[in-house]
Amino acid sequence: MAGKTLYDKLWDDHLVKQRDDGSALIYIDRQLLHEVTSPQAFEGLRLANRKPWRIDANLATPDHNVPTTDRDKGIDGIVDPVSRTQVETLGKNCDEFGILEFKIKDIRQGIVHVIGPEQGATLPGMSIVCGDSHTSTHGAFGCLAHGIGTSEVEHVLATQCLVQKKMKNMLVKVTGKLGAGVTGKDVVLAIIGKIGTAGGTGYAIEFGGEAIRGLSMEGRMTICNMAIEGGARVGMVGVDDTTIEYVKDRPFAPKGETWDKAVEYWRTLHSDDDAVFDKIVEIDGTKIQPQVSWGTSPEMVADVGANVPDPAKEEDPIKREGIVRALKYMGLEPNQKITDIKLDRVFIGSCTNSRIEDLREAAAVVKGRKVAAGLKQAMVVPGSGLVKEQAEKEGLDKIFIEAGLEWRDPGCSMCLAMNADKLGQGEHCASTSNRNFEGRQGFGGRTHLVSPAMAAAAAVTGHFVDVRELMN
Amino acid sequence: MRAFTQHQGIVAPMDRSNVDTDMIIPKQFLKSIKRTGFGPNLFDELRYLDEGKPDQDCAGRPLNPDFVLNQERYKNASVLLARANFGCGSSREHAPWALDDYGFRVIIAPSFADIFYNNCFKNGLLPIVLEEEIVDKLFESVEANEGYQLTVDLEAQTVTTPDGESFSFEVDNFRRHCLLNGLDDIGVTLEDADAIKAYEDARRQSAPWLFNAGN
Repeated sequence: MAGKTLYDKLWDDHLVKQRDDGSALIYIDRQLLHEVTSPQAFEGLRLANRKPWRIDANLATPDHNVPTTDRDKGIDGIVDPVSRTQVETLGKNCDEFGILEFKIKDIRQGIVHVIGPEQGATLPGMSIVCGDSHTSTHGAFGCLAHGIGTSEVEHVLATQCLVQKKMKNMLVKVTGKLGAGVTGKDVVLAIIGKIGTAGGTGYAIEFGGEAIRGLSMEGRMTICNMAIEGGARVGMVGVDDTTIEYVKDRPFAPKGETWDKAVEYWRTLHSDDDAVFDKIVEIDGTKIQPQVSWGTSPEMVADVGANVPDPAKEEDPIKREGIVRALKYMGLEPNQKITDIKLDRVFIGSCTNSRIEDLREAAAVVKGRKVAAGLKQAMVVPGSGLVKEQAEKEGLDKIFIEAGLEWRDPGCSMCLAMNADKLGQGEHCASTSNRNFEGRQGFGGRTHLVSPAMAAAAAVTGHFVDVRELMN
Repeated sequence: MRAFTQHQGIVAPMDRSNVDTDMIIPKQFLKSIKRTGFGPNLFDELRYLDEGKPDQDCAGRPLNPDFVLNQERYKNASVLLARANFGCGSSREHAPWALDDYGFRVIIAPSFADIFYNNCFKNGLLPIVLEEEIVDKLFESVEANEGYQLTVDLEAQTVTTPDGESFSFEVDNFRRHCLLNGLDDIGVTLEDADAIKAYEDARRQSAPWLFNAGN
């Protein structure tokens, strides 16, 4: 019998019941909740007179709507009344059902996908869901983690299970060592550029190979975070020493004998050597360059040294039309150099890139430099209160502030602009977030996805530049 | 949930691939804590020329005359014909809520993003995957014939054109069963409460760290 993939193992370990009709009941170990996709789920529970199945499996925090300034005012600091109601509603729901919530003034508050791992609420081998597509982030710990809609949030609250059909297995193998200045973000953008935004649809992707093994947990989280931008709900990395080292001593992590027992199990969470994948994609990691997205879909990326594509050279009519439309929206010319794109704002943050390592990489680039004169704004939004605290301990806040960047409070912020942080019409932004969709960061806003180091380099030059030129 | 058995309706063509959930319902409208009322803001940035705000009366807003749903001939459309990877992006169920609230009952495309596809079934909305060549043909027919309608039969798993041509589609049994009968799938899952409890008890023994509430 052929060996199992990591996904096969996780699936088997969470299988409650295989039904005759081909669907299966999968047990969920952890549900993360935030204010945007949960209110209708709690309301559904109440209307059906149901109670949560297992309260301690849930962990909540407000993140999408929270302001990134004046946080000492708490909920009163949320100026938009509709946003405030949503955050208040999360609080009321968690209080009513007894669910642990890191509220807006709690130092542990932050973006759900940052605080789960930070607290050890994300543990290897868990099945994790959240009403947010970037839940794939947690797969970096060898978890079966994916985003769900609000009806499923309610379903998990009520039953601790999801009705699922098994996905297919895909391995994305990134061989060799990454070059200096090339990060997890560049790797995942290069992968999406290769497989396309629908390349992973129907698959659970495992990321493997020497380049992935060489990454920190932060780098792996960045990669798994964006699996969904390649169409895959699930992205995973097998457990190794790096994983276990990261989890150790986190508040929710097991201790003593239970820790030893857990580690023994976690060490089995990798694909067997003879595991069979439905699809394998191989990428030479040594050839990956810093990436910049030029269009309105995450697959529209290029090496920083390259040019904006020419639609006339695209043979597929639907793709050609897509490029024409994207260039029009982005205000770019065919064949224009990526490094000639002038920027209005820089955003360093989001569940993709707001962890301590991301901030260290950005700070290393801006240190001793100043934000370019033409820029309207450059902001740094840490992923959680604890990331912020750690960064301040290391003096990163001072480096950013001295360089002229704004040092903000934690939340999703300008990644999707549900709070007050947004782009103006036609503005170009170098952003460490995950989606460059039309209007995503503000009505008419133009997003370019990059790594934290590349965003920092853009901040001090006012246009895109190969960060490696600033690293000597 | 509202059951879906058969539907006949006017088809509107959305001729672009990778239509994402930010396009279907922009983020400022996700602040609502209700499931209804998203219809006037469906495709907000494509449909109107100004920037939409939550709780705004959309009746007086300037319409984008080039946007397909603003054309008189597609006014009462209830079947959306779309391109590949429809619904990509976020997990927001507000996307199917908005399509449903607007009046769509069926979406036909060569492929859908996984989470969006799944969310549709929870809301009595039927996403149908048809081969690219068939979708191309349907686009031609819709554009050539004003008032073009399609008939969808979930029981028979067919899409039928006005001249009687029929295309079959796949849908998995559980989703089909729930949709045909308008079942609340939480209720269906809770019929297996004993199996869930048994699984949970066994896991509590074999992997106690999964039941640690922290600190």
